Amino acid sequence: MRLVGAGDPWIQWSWVRAHPGQLLHAVWEHTFLTGLAVGIGLAIALPLAILAFRFRWTEGPILGVTGVIYTIPSLALLGFLVPLTGIGTTTAEIALVGYTLLILVRNILAGLDDVPSDVREAAHGMGFTASRQLLRIELPLALPAIMAGIRIATVTTIGLVTVAALIGAGGLGQLINDGLVNSFRTETVLGAVGSVALAAVVDALLLGTQRLITPWSRRQV
Amino acid sequence: MHFLRQVVDWFFTASHWQGSAGIPHRVLVHMAMSAAAVAAAILVALPIALWLGHVGRGGYAAISLANIGRAVPSFALLVIGFEIFGLGSKPVFLALFALSVPPIVTNTYVAIRQVDPDIKEAAVGLGMTGGQVLVRAELPVGVPLIFAGIRTAAVQAVATAAIGAVIGWNAVGRYIIDGIAQQDHVEVVAGAVIIAVLSLLTEVGLAAVQRAATPGGLQVSEPTARRVATLPGAGAAGDQ
Repeated sequence: MRLVGAGDPWIQWSWVRAHPGQLLHAVWEHTFLTGLAVGIGLAIALPLAILAFRFRWTEGPILGVTGVIYTIPSLALLGFLVPLTGIGTTTAEIALVGYTLLILVRNILAGLDDVPSDVREAAHGMGFTASRQLLRIELPLALPAIMAGIRIATVTTIGLVTVAALIGAGGLGQLINDGLVNSFRTETVLGAVGSVALAAVVDALLLGTQRLITPWSRRQV
Repeated sequence: MHFLRQVVDWFFTASHWQGSAGIPHRVLVHMAMSAAAVAAAILVALPIALWLGHVGRGGYAAISLANIGRAVPSFALLVIGFEIFGLGSKPVFLALFALSVPPIVTNTYVAIRQVDPDIKEAAVGLGMTGGQVLVRAELPVGVPLIFAGIRTAAVQAVATAAIGAVIGWNAVGRYIIDGIAQQDHVEVVAGAVIIAVLSLLTEVGLAAVQRAATPGGLQVSEPTARRVATLPGAGAAGDQ
């Protein structure tokens, strides 16, 4: 291991040109790990949030448990899982899904809570059943908050996936790690810049989607 | 059960409590570095965010900084710091400092912006200057949210300092990284336990300080905390 990098360039464009496949593969892996984690997270968080919304007494336990998971440091959570599920993608995904839960549940619940009571009363007065009211009135009106939660969860996950590379999950974190192991700055810089750029692009896409599907809430940041 | 027994035995092994690879030394180094990085982030970020919140400008920049800051991998900052400074604690400081700035900036900005306009008007009506309005009216009302941001930063720093082990930094993360390298799962889990406990203690300890320091009338109610969490980028405000 070198003590101080002796003036080699931060990025070697010739290497970048010679390895487009490796870069694309890392970006693809990173996107896949993130999408899978947020997707599974949403599939778990949505029923949990609806449960907490319908039966208020479950709100404390649900927020408590997801909060504790969220507070466990990523390297520690990965460490706990290694003896159970080994080194690799499965372990990484379990941890990543765990981290999305608090963000998603809290935002979905906040969105449902913020539905004005007169809207609820109007729906009730029109003879909506509770489940129809949830599907047709409350969830659609909660969409801006839900989308905000998905954005936060996605950007957070993109950052966390780099750490998951330490237990062999792949993605752009693997590039950063390779750069460290090979003392080759270009790989580290590409991994870092790639992961920030990916987060910026995905966040912008999600923001665009949010504006498209909730045209009535333009004033949201 | 056999495995858990081994983890417990690991903690009762005397050699794990001695020397520079022992738990006390590594925990001390870990916590001192986290505290130093968060203190530096407060010194730099708090005045800027207070001023931005007071003049009401730069909100977009503050929120964007937090969002982008979330995406900059600490792991990458650590390795880049290692390339610049070489071995030692400087890369870890750099990474933890950079990690701590966004939640402090966002929460402070949001805290000052959320102050009831009536309070500000009353302060102006009392003849306060701009600076006095900030220090004597906006700041005290904003303290709970500002402190929540500092708490988030501190918990994140304690959690992330573990990754410093990747560049050889001798603190608690070494149990996990070395354990993975040596396929010693007992050591990995023991290290994970230590880091999780440190991080939970930081969270709970600072929450107690926050409650003690906040006057009853200013306690952040749960709905307020949640509403803040729905702002993209201000999610850190709700991490309590």
